Parts: sequence; C-alpha cells; structure tokens
Amino acid sequence: MCLGIPAKVIEVDESNQGKIDYMGTKVKTNFALVDNIKVGDWVIVHAGYAISKLDEAEAQETLDLIREYLEVSES
Amino acid sequence: MEELKHKKVIQGLLGQIRDQTATLSLPKKIMEVCGTHTMALHRYGLKKILLDVGIDMLTGPGCPVCITPNEIHEAAIELVTENRNFILTTFGDMTRVPTRADSLQTLVPAPDSQVKIVYSPTEALDLARQKPHKEVVFFGVGFETTIPAIALTVKAAAAENLQNFSVLPAFWLVPPPLRALVSADDVKVQGFLYPGHVSAIIGTEPYNFIAEEFGIPGAVAGFEPGDILLALRSILAQMQRGEAAVTNEYSRVVRKEGNRTALTLMEAMLEPKDTYWRGLGRIPQSGLQFKPEYREYDAVNKYALEIQEGSGDLPGCRCGEVLQGKLAPPECPLFGETCKPDSPYGPCMVSYEGACLAFYKYRR
Ligand code: SF4
Repeated sequence: MCLGIPAKVIEVDESNQGKIDYMGTKVKTNFALVDNIKVGDWVIVHAGYAISKLDEAEAQETLDLIREYLEVSES
Repeated sequence: MEELKHKKVIQGLLGQIRDQTATLSLPKKIMEVCGTHTMALHRYGLKKILLDVGIDMLTGPGCPVCITPNEIHEAAIELVTENRNFILTTFGDMTRVPTRADSLQTLVPAPDSQVKIVYSPTEALDLARQKPHKEVVFFGVGFETTIPAIALTVKAAAAENLQNFSVLPAFWLVPPPLRALVSADDVKVQGFLYPGHVSAIIGTEPYNFIAEEFGIPGAVAGFEPGDILLALRSILAQMQRGEAAVTNEYSRVVRKEGNRTALTLMEAMLEPKDTYWRGLGRIPQSGLQFKPEYREYDAVNKYALEIQEGSGDLPGCRCGEVLQGKLAPPECPLFGETCKPDSPYGPCMVSYEGACLAFYKYRR
C-alpha cells in the first residue's frame, strides 16, 4: 500500500489533474502535492497522488556511483 | 533505474559490504523501518545473504495495515453492519484483516450498505459526489506518505460542502514510534534503514534525533535492491568511522526538507495526538487528527464511534512483537500453521507490507 511507483507524466491540466503512464497503462493522477509538473516529468505516485518529482541530476549521480560495477561486467 | 536491479551492481555492492563487515564486530542489528523494504529484502533474497555476512535485519513498525489496532477495524465493521445506506471504502489489504468478529471482506452488511475497495481516496470522494443519498466513509489508513492525499479529499469535500463524505482516520507518524523503540531497552537496534516514501514527504531531518541523541546511524533508502545496499553501505561506513548521522541514499526522490506543499497542508488541517498502536501501545503525539474545523468530516466524530484502546487484540497473534523487531515471524507458534496467507490470523500475514507474509511467501 505504501509502494510508490515511478511513472512518466503524460497529461496535466490547470487544476493539477492528469495522467501518468505506468508501464504502458494510463492512470488518472492528482498532481496537487507537487509543484511545477509538466508532461515528460517522472514522478512517484502513491494512492492516486504524485508525491515527489524525480530529480534527474540526483538520479544520474546514483547511476554514476554504481556504473563502475557495470563497467567491470562489460570489460 | 533498472541498473539498481543489475546482478553485477548487486554483487559489487555486496562485495563492499562484506569488506566493511570484516572490520566490525558482528552481528549488527539493523532495522528496516518500512514494510516495503521488508518485502524487497525477501523478494531479492537479500535477507539471507546479509545474515550470512553478519547483518541481521530486524522488521519494524512501518506497515500501516499491521499497526492499526483491531478496535478501529471493528468500528469500521460496525458502521457498515449496523447502518443502512453506508458505503465503507478502503484499500484492499484493509478488508482482509481478521478481527474478533469478522473482516470487512466477510461481514454481512446492513441492507443497502456495502464495502468497496478503492485504490485512491479520490475514488471514495467521487462516489460520495455521485451518490448523495449514501453515506460514504473512507477508512483512511496511512503514514505521512498517504495522509496528505486523504487530507486533500477532505479539503475538497469541505469546499463543496459535501455532507455525505467522511474519513475514519488511522493516521500514523513514523518518527515517534522510533523514539519509543530506541528508548526501550529490550530492542537493540544498531542502525536504521529509513523509509523512502515517507521521507519524500517529511524529509530527512525528523530522524536526526536518533543519530544525535541516541548515537545510532541510519540512511534513507529507495526500494530497488541496489538502493537498499547503497543505504546499508552508508550505515556500515558510519559504524566504521564511529559516527552516527542520517544520510540520504534516495536523493532522486527525497529532499532534505521533504515535500513542503504536503507538509504545509498537513499542518493546516491536522494536529498531533497521542495514539494507540498495535503492539507498541500508546505513543505520545504519534498520530494525527483533523483540526476542529474539519471534525465534521471525521467519522469518529460524525457517527460518535466508541473506540476503546487495546480492546480488539487477538489472543495468540505476535504481530505486535514482529512490528518492533523483537520476534521473527517464524518464531510465532501460529506462523504457517493456523496463520497462512490464504487463512491469515493476524494483519502481518495479510498486508503486502506485512513481515509475516514476506517471510512466508519467500521462505526457502
Ligand atoms: S504469523 Fe500470524 S499470528 Fe503469528 S504474528 Fe504473524 S500474523 Fe500474527
């Protein structure tokens, strides 16, 4: 129940309602709890509400941190 | 972030963790506060691997379905069995929690009344709008992650003066039971894996007291196996340095200050109150209730429900101890015998975040 899913915003109107794409399924979502959401953003959705916007720079940093392991596997 | 599931990444991180534990006195007891972390640890087989390197993961109180005491479930059951024209809505897991009487799933509703599972509190609100002749109650259970969403439905109902909608609140806050846990001397937690999505709302600062006052290290973690291992690596690094802090290993989702919009909304509509938890008992300021101006939307107030603390406990279920990391689910005499996922005896075997279900489902 507390599981929040990362999903892409595909629709958002001026009353903060819209839709996300979660693995190919369009789901009605309320964006009132997150500021400045636009189509293409990634959000964490919980119980029909977006609760956080994914920070791409921070996501990149985590990826950089773990990339070394992937490179070891590729070489 | 598929990379966080990648086998090489997991193995690499586990290698580092193994090196770290080699320098520490073992075992180390680390509590995963959140039930979703419990599930992930079992699903990816990390629980056992970690135990082999000397890290004993303890289950925590972070399953809202589990910590809601039965007397609140019984109040919900009473509403829909004793009143006509009621629609009791709630999340799916909640309907299967057994009580002394029935569960919401097995009860026989009063004529023209029903129980309806919803995925979002907005569905309950829509139902109230569509069916003005029905009393729609949302049995709203949740931590800081879920409370703002539920509060928003009450705000909308108040703005529309929608009189047939109310919320039966079971609102839980994460930091107060952690204080209770570390203050008690029978649980020896040496590190905390903090919940990812609760922290998306409250930020990282509300945990600082655990590091500062109690000297226990911790890290906020996401839910991929790589996320969990990154957080454990950070906790172990703190142990190696003899330090205690709250680090954020889920920075793509969690900001230090949390979600200001959600926090402001909660402060405006709700106030803290002493609350009774299953197994943990009464904890000061550990729950939230609606402020007086919203009380007409609180089902306890609206229907004058009597909820007597601790009255609904089921004899024999050890869920309360499981929720404090004092007992591993298989140590409960009913585990796997009387209590199984298709015939649960207690809530920890019902919920998708329940520790007993996690242990049962992924037992090897
Ligand atoms: S196994 Fe069942 S009865 Fe035992 S603690 Fe878990 S939920 Fe309760």
